[in-house]
Parts: sequence; C-alpha cells; structure tokens
Amino acid sequence: MRKVAIYGKGGIGKSTTTQNTVAGLAEMGKKVMVVGCDPKADSTRLLLGGLAQRTVLDTLREEGEDVELEDVRKEGYSGTMCTESGGPEPGVGCAGRGIITSINLLEQLGAYADSEDLDYVFYDVLGDVVCGGFAMPIREGKAQEIYIVVSGEMMAMYAANNICKGIVKFAEAGGVRLGGLICNSRKVDNEMEMIQALADKLGTQMIHFVPRDNMVQRAEINRKTVIEFESAHSQADEYRALAKKIDANEMRVIPTPLAIEELEKLLIDYGIAA
Amino acid sequence: MAMGAENKKTAGVNPDRVDPEKAKSRLLAKYPPKVARKRAKQIVINKVAPDGEVPVISSNVRTVPGLIGQRGCCYAGCKGVVLGPTRDIINITHGPIGCGYYSWLTRRNQTDADSGDGQNFMPYCFSTDMQDEEIIFGGEKKLKQAIQEAYDNFKPKAIAVFSTCPVGLIGDDVHAVCREMKAKLGINVFGFSCEGYKGVSQSAGHHIANNGIFKHVVGLDDTVKEGRYRINLLGEYNIGGDAFEIERLFEKCGITLVASYSGNSSIDQFANSHTADLNLIMCHRSINYVAEMMETKFGVPWIKVNFIGAAATAKSLRKIAQYFDEQALSDAVEKVIAEEMPAVEAVCAEVRPRTEGKRAMLFVGGSRAHHYQELFGEMGMKTLSAGYEFGHRDDYEGRRVLPNIKVDADSRNIEELEIEPDPERFNPRISAEEKAALEAKGLTFGEYEGMMPEMEDGAMVIDDPSQYETDELIRLYQPDIFCAGIKEKYAVQKHGIPLKQLHSYDYGGPYAGFKGAINFYKEIDRMVNSRVWQYMRAPWQEHPELSATYAWE
Repeated sequence: MRKVAIYGKGGIGKSTTTQNTVAGLAEMGKKVMVVGCDPKADSTRLLLGGLAQRTVLDTLREEGEDVELEDVRKEGYSGTMCTESGGPEPGVGCAGRGIITSINLLEQLGAYADSEDLDYVFYDVLGDVVCGGFAMPIREGKAQEIYIVVSGEMMAMYAANNICKGIVKFAEAGGVRLGGLICNSRKVDNEMEMIQALADKLGTQMIHFVPRDNMVQRAEINRKTVIEFESAHSQADEYRALAKKIDANEMRVIPTPLAIEELEKLLIDYGIAA
Repeated sequence: MAMGAENKKTAGVNPDRVDPEKAKSRLLAKYPPKVARKRAKQIVINKVAPDGEVPVISSNVRTVPGLIGQRGCCYAGCKGVVLGPTRDIINITHGPIGCGYYSWLTRRNQTDADSGDGQNFMPYCFSTDMQDEEIIFGGEKKLKQAIQEAYDNFKPKAIAVFSTCPVGLIGDDVHAVCREMKAKLGINVFGFSCEGYKGVSQSAGHHIANNGIFKHVVGLDDTVKEGRYRINLLGEYNIGGDAFEIERLFEKCGITLVASYSGNSSIDQFANSHTADLNLIMCHRSINYVAEMMETKFGVPWIKVNFIGAAATAKSLRKIAQYFDEQALSDAVEKVIAEEMPAVEAVCAEVRPRTEGKRAMLFVGGSRAHHYQELFGEMGMKTLSAGYEFGHRDDYEGRRVLPNIKVDADSRNIEELEIEPDPERFNPRISAEEKAALEAKGLTFGEYEGMMPEMEDGAMVIDDPSQYETDELIRLYQPDIFCAGIKEKYAVQKHGIPLKQLHSYDYGGPYAGFKGAINFYKEIDRMVNSRVWQYMRAPWQEHPELSATYAWE
C-alpha cells in the first residue's frame, strides 16, 4: 500500500486534483482510500456525489467509544473508500488536534489493515502545515510520499517551498519523501518552465502539468470528477496521465528548500524577464 | 547511592564558619558557564548597609530548564492560592481533571462553615473535565453546562472560572461565556485567564487573581459595616487556622474585620472591602496589587503587618492602634498583649534552652521565608539561609527598589490595570497632614522593607533555589531544620534533616498570633530535638564490630 499526502497553498486545487487523480487510479483498477484532513470536510464530495459524509470526529462525538469503520467510511466512485476527519467550526477548538485524533482512530479501526487490500491511501490536507496537527499525515510514517500542488503564482510557490521545509524536518525522523510537484495551471506566463525550474532547485520533478480548463468547474458543480462527468474530455485524460505517472513514479527525494532570495530570483527570471 | 556517608556530620567543623563566598562558588561550580552566570545573580550573600540598603538580587526571572525548582504555575497562584480559600464562590476549573483535583484543598485553607448563610463549597471540587472532544471542538459549550449545573445544584452567589493551559491554546473565550451566564443566571460569574504557562511562576497568577477580584467584585456593595476600627486583612490564607487566631485577637481588641483576602472569607466581604479604613498586608507578594488599587480608587491606605511571631503580632497590633490614634484602642491592644504574652513567654522559656543556637533554612513562598524568621528568632534560632520561590526584588530588598526594577517581557505579558480614583467614592481615610504626623511617629504607609534588611550579614539569600543547590547547601551547612514544601520534604529528610512544611503546615497550625507562636515553639522543639534522625545510619555503619578491607584495597 502506498501512502500519499497532497499538500499545497489553500485554494490551489488540492481536493479537486486529488479526487480526479484518485478517479484515474480507480479506473486503472486500483483500490484507493481518501482521507480528507480539512475541518470543512469537502475532500471527497466529487467522489461521493455531494457532501454526504459523516465525519470521523462527529461520529466519535455522537457515538462515544463505540465507532465502527463502516460508520465513518463511505464507498464512492468506482470503489474508492472515502473518509473525512472533520473538525470544529472556524474559530473554535483545535483542528490540528482533531486530525491527530481522527488518523489515530482510523488506524485503531483497521482502516489501513492488510485485509482492506488497499493499493493507495491519499491524505488531502488543508492549506499550509500551520501546526503540529496538520503535519500528522507526514509524521511517524503515516504518509511516505508527498505531492505538492502548485501554480506559477508567487504565493503558491512560496507555500510549496515552505511545505518542503516541513518535509525536510520530518524526512529525517519519519522517512517521508517528496514525490514531485503537480502544476495546476493558473495560466501564468512561462508557468511550465518556471515550475520545472523550481522542481529542479528543490531536487524533485514536476510530475505533471495540469492545464486550466473550465470543464473542471463544470464537473464540480455537478459534484463529479471530470473522469466521471465527461469521461471522453481531454481534461479527463490529463488526470489519467497524472494518475499513471504517480503510479509509475519511483522518484522520492528529501527536498532542498530555497532561500527566499533564490525563490524571488526565480520569479524575476521567469516571470518578469521573459 | 552512598547517602549515608554524606549524612555524616563532619566532626570538628563549625558549619557557622562556612565561608559564604566559598559556599556560593560550590553551589555554582557544576553549572555550565551561562547557567552559573544567571544563578550567581540569584544567589546573594547578604550585607546590610547602615542605611538599610542590601545587595541586588535577581528574581522573578525564568527558571533555567533542567533545574528542578520549587515553583508552581500561574493557575496554581490564581485559583490555588488567592481564590481557593473563599468558601462561597463556586470555583470551576476549566480544563482536564487533574488541574482541578490536585489544586483542591492542598493548602489546608480552613474556613468557618457556620458563618453567614451556610454556603460552603470548599469540600467540593468543580471541574469541566475537558476531554479530547472539547479540545477539538472547543470547550465553551461544556463550560456553560458546568456553570448551569453548578448553579442548579447549589444556587451560589457567585461562580468563578479558572482557565488551564489547553483553554488558552484552543482559544475558548471564558470571559464571554461568563458574561453570558451572568446575564442568564443573575448572579456574579467571572473568569480568569490564568493558564498555567503564563509568567515565570505562580506570581503571575496572583496578579491575575487580584485584577479579577478587583474588577468584578470589589466595590459592589457600599454598606458600611458597624465598628469603630474597620480593617481588611490581606494576604492571610487561613492555613491551619491562622486567620482564626488573628480574628480572635482583633475581636478581643475591638477591631472590626471587614474582609479577609482570602482566608476564612466570603465574596460579600470582598464586595464591601472598599469601605474599610485600613488595609493590612500579610503576604506582600500575592496581594499588594489589590491594596494598591484600593488605595488609588477608594483612598484606603495600607500598612505591612506580620502576625507570625509573638513580638511581631504585638508590634502589628500596636501599628493598627497607632493608625487609628485613639486611646481606647491603644489601651485595648496593650491589655490584650499583656494578657496573651505570659503564656507565650512561659512556653518560650521552656523550649529555648533546647532550641537556642539551632540553625534554620527557609525556602518558601514570597513572604513566608521572611515572616517565619521572626518565630525562629524568638526561640534563639538563627536563619542561615532563606529565599523565595516566586518573590520579586521588592520582597527581598524592599519596595524602595520598585522604581529600579526592570520590567521584562514576561511581566509585561500580565495585565496591569489602569486605576483611577472613583468619582464618587474616593475618600482618603486620613489627610496628608495626619499621615505626615503618623509617619513622624514611625508608622510607614505603603511600605515593605523586604526580607534581606532584617537578615544577618553573611546569610545566603537564594532566589528560586534548585534541588541541586538545596542538596549542596545542606551538605555544607548541616542545618537543624529546613522549611519548604511537600516537593522538597522527602529529599531533605533523606539528608537526616527535619523539614517543616510552611505551605500546608504538614498537619499542624495555627502558627499565627500568640497561640500560634506557642504551637510553633512546641512543634519546632519537637522536630529539632527528635532523636529519630540519628537512626538514619545503621548501627554497624556507626560502630562496626569488625573492621576489614576489601582485597582490592
């Protein structure tokens, strides 16, 4: 079983990319579980066809200690297994602690047991690694490979670089590695070249360049992945390609984060000079 | 470990001749240079200049990580020390269960359950018992429930909420919850942001408690209690019944106690404590803030007193009489002193031949290490070394140094209330001329001289002592008694030295006032003359019947 975590700046398209990629893997016959690690609990709505999921933490709260795996896990598109950690409303409590409790509980319930016969677990994590709780998926070997969703916008690249710093920290202790950058295009000038250069500097690869296409939004409005909504569309093939590349990927590195001046120079060289 | 060998009292060495400079360097010798530099400023050899000036001692600073210190936390200072002893406020600890449970009655604060309306919640321990769920989703809902439940079951006059560490981390707004429940229930409900991690010691919690009680309670009731000489007693927590003994003396003298902060106290007393005409401060460190604020807002002056020690008690009673400046009170006070002293002197005379010349060390509190030196002095005992857990420079060197104290970031983190004179109720109890006249007669207002000016030259003054320093100090000086708390008790006793707890008094007390002095003389006589400590070493260690050497020797 490969344990994969998807990180990236808030709003970059982590959940959309994850679910579309997972749909691609499922189509290939892989058995995949998705663990949403965002208190908003919207990491599996495209696979489930809506926000129909009871979160792990809500269930734990309502049922007390008597929780079954079936209570918190739902089958989605093409046999994918979907769970949402859930968490507090904005501004109260501790969402980080929630992620820790939730992932521990899933382990206790045997969600990752050999008997589940999983090929992949995907952790879809909220925004930046803001505190210890949100680093949970990359701690203690919970996820072994990380993909960072990024675009050619400065703040997205800045966030990607920061996440790499987090990976370095946990790579030494827990064995987590960076698998690559996924460029979710925002149609920024020289975007592909710039992300390629960023990947080189980080010592990793740009595993795929996902072009911007309105089909993604249309599928989302219909609560579906592109693969399910318009299977023949070229954008669906992009996600299939990404899924294949991840499935075949053997490159796992400890990244080499950039100094801030280096990162800004990259932006100037590709963004302005060109 | 060869504890036994270290216990052996070194024959022929007079511990009083230990060179304090050498002793200090020995305490510091094993520390890394940076730690030694910091501790060197907190270990001071006392020297009192003719004008009463003493060396500067660094205090109220962070404990070096890794050193085993004596200190408690902010929550302990706020809930445990200052507000815990009040019987009719329901004190709810908002946090996991341990914080509430382990701060419940551990200081043996006594209270008179029969007084007033019979509301006494001291035997109860209230906690929200926060669990994983509240940490993740927030604990405000459960806190509201707890307040409601406490109200439904007990119908108290007031409920106070104390925040523990996780509450600060997850950002529960205890003050908003308290406001909401106050409006809903129609009783006084107020909260304290006294999360344990705040500040460098429990001292931060004292300040937060003072602020809260002043903001939410003091001044709510303007009823003036009957009585000619109306005072408040601040910083007396009725440990082992100390306040009962002091109250007995006040009553005998005809002095009316309006409020006590907070031994044997009631919230109603706090509410009209601003109507008293004089504040007496016992524990300067934990309560001076309320006294200062009451003076600024209502015009009540304060004087420092000490009811620990018979002579100190007599002196304090005379100070009160001096302030009110009426013959009737002076006569009453003198009569009481004359009545009480013979019994004290009789016991003192009886124990003194056995206690004379014995040597004590005191490391406790932010005032106790000072006050108890009086009692030891009365027994002819000498204080070799003393220090506070959480005292500030003014507690050591006197309030004269206040303008020179550098306020660091840790202290700035604790709110300092801006107090203005109350537009209607500000009423200076004595005029500037009267004050000057009293000062000319030797009564000082708003002043505390500190511990060090009253200690001998050459005595070691140690702030926030570590376990290691304690052990070294005992090895060097071999004191006859050591005064501290439960955390130090058994480690000290392993050296063969008796330890008297001055936080909880072990199971004894009261030690305040005249009767308290008698109790203390007897207790210390018993402890320093006990033969039990000589049995720390087995007989064959002292007198081997066979002597032999090992083959490798």
